[in-house]
Amino acid sequence: MTSNSLVYLIALPLFGSAVLLLAGRRCDRWGHLLATALSAGSFAIGLYQFLQMLGRANDQRAVTQKLFSWISVGSFQVDAGLMLDQLSICFVLLITGVGTLIHIYSIAYMSHDRDRRRFFAYLNFFIAAMLLLVLGDSYLNLYVGWEGVGLASYLLIGFWNQKPAYATAAKKAFVANRVGDMGLSIAIMITFATLGTVSFAGVKEHAPVASTGALTAIGIMLLVAATGKSAQFPLQAWLGDAMAGPTPVSALIHAATMVTAGVYLITRSNFIFDAAPTAQLAVAIIGAITLLFGAIIGMAKDDIKKALAASTMSQIGYMVLGAGLGPAGYAFAIMHLLTHGFFKAGMFLGAGSVMHGMDDEVNMRRYGGLRKFMPITFATFGLGYLAIIGVPPFAGFYSKDKIIEVAFNAGGIKGITLGTAALLGAAITAFYMTRVVILTFAGNKRWDEKAHPHESPFLMWAPMVLLAIGSVASGFLFTHGDALRNWLAPVVEPHPVHEAELLSPAVVSILALVLVGVGVAFAIVKYLRSQVPQVAPEDVSIFTRIARRDLLQDEFNEAVFMRPGQALTRTLVKTDAAVIDGAVRGVGRMTLGSGNLLRATQTGFVRSYAMWILIGAIGLIAAIWVVTQ
Amino acid sequence: MTSNVSWLTTLGLLPLLGALFIAALSKRNELAAKRVAFGTTLVVAAAAIAMAMQFQRDNVDLQFVETYSWIPSFGINYAVGVDGIALVLILLSVLLAPIVVLAGWNESSGGRWSVKTFYILLLVLETMMIGVFSATDVFLFYVFFEAMLVPVYFLIGGYGTGERSAAAVKFLLYSLFGGLLMLASIIALYVLSGEQGGHTFDTTALSHLQMSSTTQNFLFLGFFIAFAIKAPLWPFHTWLPDAAQSATTGTSVLLLGVLDKVGTFGMIRYCLTLFPDATKTFTPVILVLAVISIIYGAFLAIGQTDFKRLIAFTSISHFGFITMGIFAMTSQGHSGATLYMFNHGFSTGALFLVAGWMISRRGSSKIADFGGLQRVTPVMAWAFFIAGMSSLALPGLSSFVSEFLVLIGTYTRYPVAAVIGTFGVVLAALYVLIPVQRALHGPITPGNESLPDLNLREKIAIAPVLAVIVALGFYPSPLLNVINPAAAHTIAQAGFTDPLPSIDGKAGK
Repeated sequence: MTSNSLVYLIALPLFGSAVLLLAGRRCDRWGHLLATALSAGSFAIGLYQFLQMLGRANDQRAVTQKLFSWISVGSFQVDAGLMLDQLSICFVLLITGVGTLIHIYSIAYMSHDRDRRRFFAYLNFFIAAMLLLVLGDSYLNLYVGWEGVGLASYLLIGFWNQKPAYATAAKKAFVANRVGDMGLSIAIMITFATLGTVSFAGVKEHAPVASTGALTAIGIMLLVAATGKSAQFPLQAWLGDAMAGPTPVSALIHAATMVTAGVYLITRSNFIFDAAPTAQLAVAIIGAITLLFGAIIGMAKDDIKKALAASTMSQIGYMVLGAGLGPAGYAFAIMHLLTHGFFKAGMFLGAGSVMHGMDDEVNMRRYGGLRKFMPITFATFGLGYLAIIGVPPFAGFYSKDKIIEVAFNAGGIKGITLGTAALLGAAITAFYMTRVVILTFAGNKRWDEKAHPHESPFLMWAPMVLLAIGSVASGFLFTHGDALRNWLAPVVEPHPVHEAELLSPAVVSILALVLVGVGVAFAIVKYLRSQVPQVAPEDVSIFTRIARRDLLQDEFNEAVFMRPGQALTRTLVKTDAAVIDGAVRGVGRMTLGSGNLLRATQTGFVRSYAMWILIGAIGLIAAIWVVTQ
Repeated sequence: MTSNVSWLTTLGLLPLLGALFIAALSKRNELAAKRVAFGTTLVVAAAAIAMAMQFQRDNVDLQFVETYSWIPSFGINYAVGVDGIALVLILLSVLLAPIVVLAGWNESSGGRWSVKTFYILLLVLETMMIGVFSATDVFLFYVFFEAMLVPVYFLIGGYGTGERSAAAVKFLLYSLFGGLLMLASIIALYVLSGEQGGHTFDTTALSHLQMSSTTQNFLFLGFFIAFAIKAPLWPFHTWLPDAAQSATTGTSVLLLGVLDKVGTFGMIRYCLTLFPDATKTFTPVILVLAVISIIYGAFLAIGQTDFKRLIAFTSISHFGFITMGIFAMTSQGHSGATLYMFNHGFSTGALFLVAGWMISRRGSSKIADFGGLQRVTPVMAWAFFIAGMSSLALPGLSSFVSEFLVLIGTYTRYPVAAVIGTFGVVLAALYVLIPVQRALHGPITPGNESLPDLNLREKIAIAPVLAVIVALGFYPSPLLNVINPAAAHTIAQAGFTDPLPSIDGKAGK
């Protein structure tokens, strides 16, 4: 089926961003309202498309729109084409829905910033790019959105780039993402060289006859792309620094949507990974490593945003693990992505609300006892907390337990290892999230007399309430009658899978709950029953110190890439002047013989150049005459 | 195809007419000289667009052909004509010319010679640029190729900054050296053509010559080295940073944007079509040089402390991409390389123009002397940022299309070269974002507090450049449709066909 309205999903926010940037200060007074309205308009179109889709038969739900032929050279044909199917509609509703809520929140949150208009221009630009990412009908169209969201992320992380550290954080994110993008670029090249097409439909059709080697290479390169965008090991180091951006950005881009693009890419490419078991296993392993990596960092962070960022990394690790488990896991990866979109965005907005009331303080050791001063923030954050640690019947319980269950049932050592990692991650998650809630909302107050914590205005808490409702109800709705799984089945699970059960759902849930309980108990003992110092204690174990320094990710990158790269650059700059240019100058000197002649070139050579041409021409003609005799 | 209107000759003569007109003006009437120069370049641009509208894009023969006997005893003709590739490069030249005049309205004063002379040189250079891309007689090409050094030499040596004389001499000697090698090859071609039926310099006739492989290899090298210096390709690149650093902004834009393309254009038009077998022999070596240029140019750009040298080194990296695309011998690589030449002219042109404005305001070209410009001069900062994004080939901007075509076109035949080249994409992020951070972000550093933002003239000059960059990013078809037939024709002539997808052996399409 075709539709003519898909393009407006993207065009509305893109238009908004263009107006806000080009009209400049003239639209300072109403720019944020226009941007919010256009984002909401996009959501309305998405909702309309969703309702239309519901009314059609399962195999008739995807719609496409071809705009024009974008690049056409020889057999390389790429249309500017859009495709909305059961998978992309999930993202469209998440992006525009959560996106609009965050626009509304930002109206209040950014009201005192002199550059609020520019902020909304970037937000609208992000929405447009992210929609293109999930709506593009080929890998190359996806790539445009993929780098577009990277640009939006760069601009928003560096929104306050007058602070050098923030500008550096923005650059770091862009470069790390570019490393991943290189993977996507190479994946597209291999795809074209192997299959002769880069459209999703074409690749899906031809992939079954391609060699496993080629598909594995494509899969690994797509995984590289996903690790960059989704902050997965080993390209995860930028996400913590990305918290330099305003908090609504952290909620929208660095929690709910952009960083989950890697999960979309892997799920969208299910036809490649399902035929390349090695690549698929690599995906699962990367997911498992990252979910533990992020969770461990999360335990040691005192900065509320960085703790949540580590948590995001870890939760995306769950999604990537789910997607790496193949047809059995795709639907649950997407489900966790959606539920996470609600509860993590909600908690980030809650963190923003706390910062709003605490003069932008982010150190949780300087919070404490805020539940009395910010009851709505506490309640919504608390619901998000219950969702993320997986307490029934909140959203995370359904989505995360399913991933753990599928991991265990993947079979053999692989299943036990991955499942254990996921289960362990759940316990650690319970610990560090409880720690965040206790340090922020419970216990004694540890803030200055100067701080006057207060509840945020309606425009800020209303989006938090709506997201909290999602954190409560979405998991149940998605799993009720296997709704989401059946919905996505035509895209990711064309043939139903039956697999052996190692652990039944009930066993997994009980195991998970017990471990979550242990994690929560540990945190209560450590942070509620004893006094929390205002300054992080120094006499801690080496493990804590390493965790505080993000498991040495920056030290590693600096030692292995940055410093050798800088040394190489310096050496090359020197040798270019000394060796290559030196050789050139040496040849020049030899040719010209003496300094006298060189000096002559400074002035005399100029006028004699015409003479040179004359001599050359005469020489040419003479030579021709000689040889043709 | 013959045409009733002598399009190319007219186009080439128009700037000369303007130059004559300026020469007749009084020396003190500087404003008039500027206006005439700007008006002339606008007329030329309009005429070129009118000509392009007449171009039959599916016709692979040379079009707007004119042939007049020039020196009959040596078979030298004034012969011009264009295919899609040459047409695109002529368009690039004549579209950049008025922008350069407008953008550098005041850079002609303070030189060694008068303002008047500056614009005469510029217009003469425009004639040469049109000539060098239209010539279909090898001798005529050589004349333009060498003669265009003259105005550039005077533009750098007379109006530049710093070590302008030394840079101009270096540029000249380097180019002369390459030119002489090419001259030797041209003479040999002429001799061979005499042995095989009749003396000629006609490019098409020369492409049918029979040569031993040794002869071909030597003659190929004569042309290739000249073009590798012009482009420039590693290790023949060291003249470019010096020249770009010393020249005025406008001259640098034409130097990097157009003149260097004569090198890559020459590789397509002469190396590939005249010496297909030698091309095959040398392709591995050239690809290695191209890949080195990509990576080396990028690293050197990262290490620069001077804006102008930085941009020059990014161009060396970009020329590596163009050369790689040409010698990959696939339709994507070839079309991508030609499109790259056009896009690079606009994107590097934009980067150089804005950097030039920043430098003239601040009185320094050291990156370290800037800081926090986003607050002080937001419009200038945005223009620099967008030009920088185009330089790192951000999808949605024009250079992405060409860079990706080059990479994917190279991958289908030479996957290793393409994969290494892709690393240049990461390095590009660094060489763009490092100066962006230093100059535009961070606190406003002393000396930058009161720099003025772009004025109306400058905005009018840069706006069309940025508009083209965005428009061609989303809709490159107008250019690709012109380039594709010519590119496919060149590859077929050289005896190559696109590799088939690897699954075709198993399943069919």
